[in-house]
Amino acid sequence: MAIPLSWYLILSAALFSIGLFGVLARRNAIAILLGVELMLNAVNINLVAFWRYLDPTQMTGQVFAIIVFAVAAAEVAVGLALVISVYRNRKTVVADELDMMKW
Amino acid sequence: MTILFLITAVVILASAMMVVTSRNLVHAALWLVASLFGVAMLYAQLNAGFLAVVQVVVYIGAIAILFIFAVMLTRREMRDTGPGLNKNWGVSALVSLLTFGGLTYLLSNWSGFSQTSADLPSGFDAVAELGSALISPDAFVLPFEVASVLLVAALVGAVYIAYNPRSGDNPRSGDNRE
Repeated sequence: MAIPLSWYLILSAALFSIGLFGVLARRNAIAILLGVELMLNAVNINLVAFWRYLDPTQMTGQVFAIIVFAVAAAEVAVGLALVISVYRNRKTVVADELDMMKW
Repeated sequence: MTILFLITAVVILASAMMVVTSRNLVHAALWLVASLFGVAMLYAQLNAGFLAVVQVVVYIGAIAILFIFAVMLTRREMRDTGPGLNKNWGVSALVSLLTFGGLTYLLSNWSGFSQTSADLPSGFDAVAELGSALISPDAFVLPFEVASVLLVAALVGAVYIAYNPRSGDNPRSGDNRE
């Protein structure tokens, strides 16, 4: 395998930045959660690439990636439940309009 | 090998751009499926076969479908939509580009930045190693179990948050019924 580690790291940095842009710029709360998913995937690419390139006999990277999977699933479940609950009460999912806690 | 990586990278990044820019949220969720599938291909190229399968089953099979359900449940709000991006999108793009540049600059100063991978030891079975690492008391059994408890607690919390006690028998709450 002739691909240097840097390619994976740069791909992961690009994916993270795209996800960050989605989180910062989208108006819809569900679209913001989509951006968070992209960022979590970028982190996972990094973890697996470091596992493969540094020491494949230590399984730490893959185990950490699996824990990130579990946390991502938990985050999506709670996040989408919150969005649906907010939609039911306020009839909107646009993040700018959810300002009832803003002073 | 190189050409395969480049194709995968283009698929991932192009789909990710469509996720954050497409105005129709159902389309965005479907582009997210494409991007996640590209990441699964990347795991397969990195000899992490188990993670590739988990990525397809958990991310595409569960999380992406959950997103599509949530979009459907809040659909009336999707239809009117003004712009998909808020008015600060220029600043957001600048911050994202600066993050990318900063990360790349930091990483390029690291001595191991361009190292290539060693071959796997002969007879090395990554899936078997991962399985025994996850349940071995010397390794990761405690974080693994804590992750399961976290997942159960979060799902119970999600059901409680999304549960609507007013739906059903009260005729005045017809507009609350989803």
